[in-house]
Amino acid sequence: MNEVTMLKVLYFASLRERLGRSSEELALPAEVADIAGLRDFLVARGGPWENLATLRNLRFAVNQEMARLDSPLRAGDEVAFFPPVTGG
Amino acid sequence: MAVRVQEADFDVGAELAALRQGDPRIGALASFVGLVRDVSDGAGVSEMTLEHYPGMTEKALAEIVDEASRRWMLIDVLVIHRVGRLLPTDQIVLVAVAGAHRGDVFAACEFIMDYLKTRAPFWKREVTAAGARWVDARESDEVARERWQI
Repeated sequence: MNEVTMLKVLYFASLRERLGRSSEELALPAEVADIAGLRDFLVARGGPWENLATLRNLRFAVNQEMARLDSPLRAGDEVAFFPPVTGG
Repeated sequence: MAVRVQEADFDVGAELAALRQGDPRIGALASFVGLVRDVSDGAGVSEMTLEHYPGMTEKALAEIVDEASRRWMLIDVLVIHRVGRLLPTDQIVLVAVAGAHRGDVFAACEFIMDYLKTRAPFWKREVTAAGARWVDARESDEVARERWQI
């Protein structure tokens, strides 16, 4: 069976500007199981996407909760990449 | 308990009055207002834009308020955070905490601000004479939050 995992991926602030994109829908290979795998998949696009590997202190969220590199991903998840927050 | 993320300005007096109205249990009301300054890291700031993550930001703020409510005896809490374009002297954020006694509300108000600064997904982009730049996270904000872990 050729099951496809759809993810919604969001990018914010300086990262959004560097990537020139605020969101996308992704169909992922089954071997991408967590944030680290998704990040590697995106970095492989090259160019500005290498920022995902080189930026210090990049933060992640899954379904609007703070997440870690080893946080698992499932079909239908909403994933976000962003720099450290600076509100208040 | 309420959190609001909005572009519109807020009236501190009216918000505080509404928060404590008609509740004779409230003996203490602490509030903090954060404002846009005209200087940042030595550069003059002419305006700033606040970006947020709709949905997650509200959820993160609600979780911070819940955590404060578990740690201290509180009667009500209001957090308002503005987004969009702001100018020096504009209000950015209001945290208001009502309770029976001052000890709880002072501590909870500071706790909420320290957690908001490091946990709620907002990002500041400021305009200076040298152009626009994204504000870097401050180590001192992380230190301020960490002292509550004990």
